[in-house]
Amino acid sequence: MTGAILLWSVAAAQTMLVAAMGCCTYRLIFGPRAQDRVLGLDAMYVSAMLLVLTIGIRTGSTVYFEGALIIAVLGFVSTIALAKFLMRGEVIE
Amino acid sequence: MSHVQDLPGWAALATAALVLLGAALTLVGAVGTLRLRSFFERIHAPTLGTSWGTGAILLASIVCFSALGTRPVVHEILIGVFISVTTPVTLMLLARAAIYRDRTEGKGEVPPRASLRRPD
Repeated sequence: MTGAILLWSVAAAQTMLVAAMGCCTYRLIFGPRAQDRVLGLDAMYVSAMLLVLTIGIRTGSTVYFEGALIIAVLGFVSTIALAKFLMRGEVIE
Repeated sequence: MSHVQDLPGWAALATAALVLLGAALTLVGAVGTLRLRSFFERIHAPTLGTSWGTGAILLASIVCFSALGTRPVVHEILIGVFISVTTPVTLMLLARAAIYRDRTEGKGEVPPRASLRRPD
């Protein structure tokens, strides 16, 4: 019984996270300016990392945590690089 | 789903509640990204997902895998520390870049740079 509750709530959480990624995708595509697109990309990285974590809870496998950590690191680096590009016009100067 | 039947009842209920809480907070943050007016209001919205959205889902994962007894919980703490350290850095750098762009283009309601010298 509690197992069914856990599976259904993880499925609902995955649906909500995918909806959050959809909102961020709208901001990424239709953002009025470049910084809005970068903000949408950053929020989408966080939602994707949480989605990978919920997949790990659902399957009971331990390999998804390394994937979530790598997604977090890549999101940090890409947002830093894009913000630096917006400010200076160069990433590495 | 064999591991779900191995999970005790309190751990399954706690995991379910924490996962739902984290996902709902992340969704609220993303909807705020859609609905708020200006960029400087919008940049506050995703921090809802990076603070308690991430924290609740990481806590759910800690509870689930600790109750299963498969491995220690160091990984999730690592992700939590990393997210909570890097999010202010990225968002403040992005906000500085947006302020710089608005000032150089001269539009938006960004105030001009405060001058250190007093005008003669």
